[in-house]
Amino acid sequence: MKEIVVLSGKGGTGKTTIVASFAALAKNKVLCDCDVDAADLHLLLKPKRKETHEFRSGQTAIIAEKLCTRCGLCEQVCRFGAIRGLKVDATACEGCGFCTHVCPENAITMEENLAGHWFVSDTKYGPLVHARLGIAQENSGKLVNVVRQNARSIGKKEGLEYIITDGPPGIGCPVISSLSGANLALLITEPTLSGMHDLERVIGVCRHFGVPALVCINKCDLNEKNTDRIGGFCREQRIEVISQIPFDNVVTEALVDGVPVVEYSRNGVAHEIEAMWHRVSQALGKE
Amino acid sequence: MIISIASGKGGTGKTLVATSLALSLGKQVQILDCDVEEPNVHVLLRPTIVESKPVCIPVPIVDKAKCNYCGKCAQVCAYKAIAVLPEIVLVFPELCHGCGACSYLCPEKAISEEGREIGVVETGRCGEIDFVQGRLNIGEAMAPPVIREVKQLVNRKKTAIIDASPGTSCPVVEAVRDSDFCLLVTEPTPFGLHDLSLAVDMVKALGISCGIVLNRAGGTYSKVEEYCLEQNIPLLMKIPLDMEIARLYSKGITLVKGMPEWREKFLELFHNIEQTLTVNKRVRT
Repeated sequence: MKEIVVLSGKGGTGKTTIVASFAALAKNKVLCDCDVDAADLHLLLKPKRKETHEFRSGQTAIIAEKLCTRCGLCEQVCRFGAIRGLKVDATACEGCGFCTHVCPENAITMEENLAGHWFVSDTKYGPLVHARLGIAQENSGKLVNVVRQNARSIGKKEGLEYIITDGPPGIGCPVISSLSGANLALLITEPTLSGMHDLERVIGVCRHFGVPALVCINKCDLNEKNTDRIGGFCREQRIEVISQIPFDNVVTEALVDGVPVVEYSRNGVAHEIEAMWHRVSQALGKE
Repeated sequence: MIISIASGKGGTGKTLVATSLALSLGKQVQILDCDVEEPNVHVLLRPTIVESKPVCIPVPIVDKAKCNYCGKCAQVCAYKAIAVLPEIVLVFPELCHGCGACSYLCPEKAISEEGREIGVVETGRCGEIDFVQGRLNIGEAMAPPVIREVKQLVNRKKTAIIDASPGTSCPVVEAVRDSDFCLLVTEPTPFGLHDLSLAVDMVKALGISCGIVLNRAGGTYSKVEEYCLEQNIPLLMKIPLDMEIARLYSKGITLVKGMPEWREKFLELFHNIEQTLTVNKRVRT
């Protein structure tokens, strides 16, 4: 079983659009949405939820007011500014528990957070594992791990060929969790200076974790000079640009219609994405 | 006043709005790029960097001569960043959040702390605008400590504009926390609306007033506008879907530099933010 994760560094370059189309094109796969704090893949794949699981992770300090003598030691030792005026700010608490250990009155306890939910669903394209991080919750990287592990075990159990993962933007904790141990990263960029800057950083992360990468330039005709520069940069980095997708409003139309673009139209963009999936599956075969 | 700019969905135009708002205000403005994973404000503003400071997480160093392997440090560490074996203490710096519990609670006072660099904070200027940005080092997982360091430099005497990262989890919460107003930038698509509603929930949980900028407006999808009405959230500005705007951005040119007529609209946006805040205050009192 081969796992491909779609990343971008910069947000909004088209990760989910492309993953949803891959979902429609690839056979024998499990789908995985690792953008757990702004998951959108389900909007196109229309999953039927089969299982809902609680994601419990991290802890928050709770001060028992009755026992508290207002000595202020907890506030002094907390390095996260989470205790202000002897009240815990749950969104700032890192769950380290330092305060519980120093409180002379044993007035502070730690409570486990219900940090979100994760789901196993059926879609007409195959199984989907996805999640929803609770509002203002932490540990998105751990939730990503849970999602990926479950996608992997479904893939194994059903003897599937691919895990196709929609990754989060950025380069931090949830990206690292989505990427580590994957067979291949597909990096979606756009020919804007920001897109290029962010691509460079996400390539660095792929290198750091030893995951080979391929690049797709979306909206390539927005700035052809920049598209050439990305091509040159990728050649230097020995990373193949496997696809260049021109801007087409049909992508937005498909999105508004709620279907993968390859099901909405059969020409232009759809054709390019189909060719890209072919190249990706070839690259995965070589892995 | 602190105005943070967030979105939920990525690529909706946070940085475009943040930079043009800052340039339009011109004086007494500070812009802070808190998207420390992928900071892009500098791409558009091209500031002169004056100072660069490393951001370090204090990680434990165990003095073997003093340690008696009691295991207290491992027991109190919530992140499993220390393991104590019969005659060795293993520290895993990447797991350490730098809370300081182990060094404080070690009965033998055998633990000191050493900074482990995870990123940098850079300060500089772009014309009359004060510029601050954080950058997380490649391969590092924890953005919030870098964001906290950036926010230490907020100048309350100026209008501070904070550019946040996409999403709704801890890095965004850290960036948006304590701001007076949060501008949420979205686009008229089901993705834009879905992630906007998550961002609105987050901002509400933090007790911060918000308003919406609809980017790439036009087209047939009207559900974002409907959502704003239903939720009683002010729609403060619309930026049309315009290839020329996209092209300017692709070249790293800010909207107000490329199309100076937008300056008035951004000043109006600022005025609307001030008004929304006054109204909200009145409602509260």
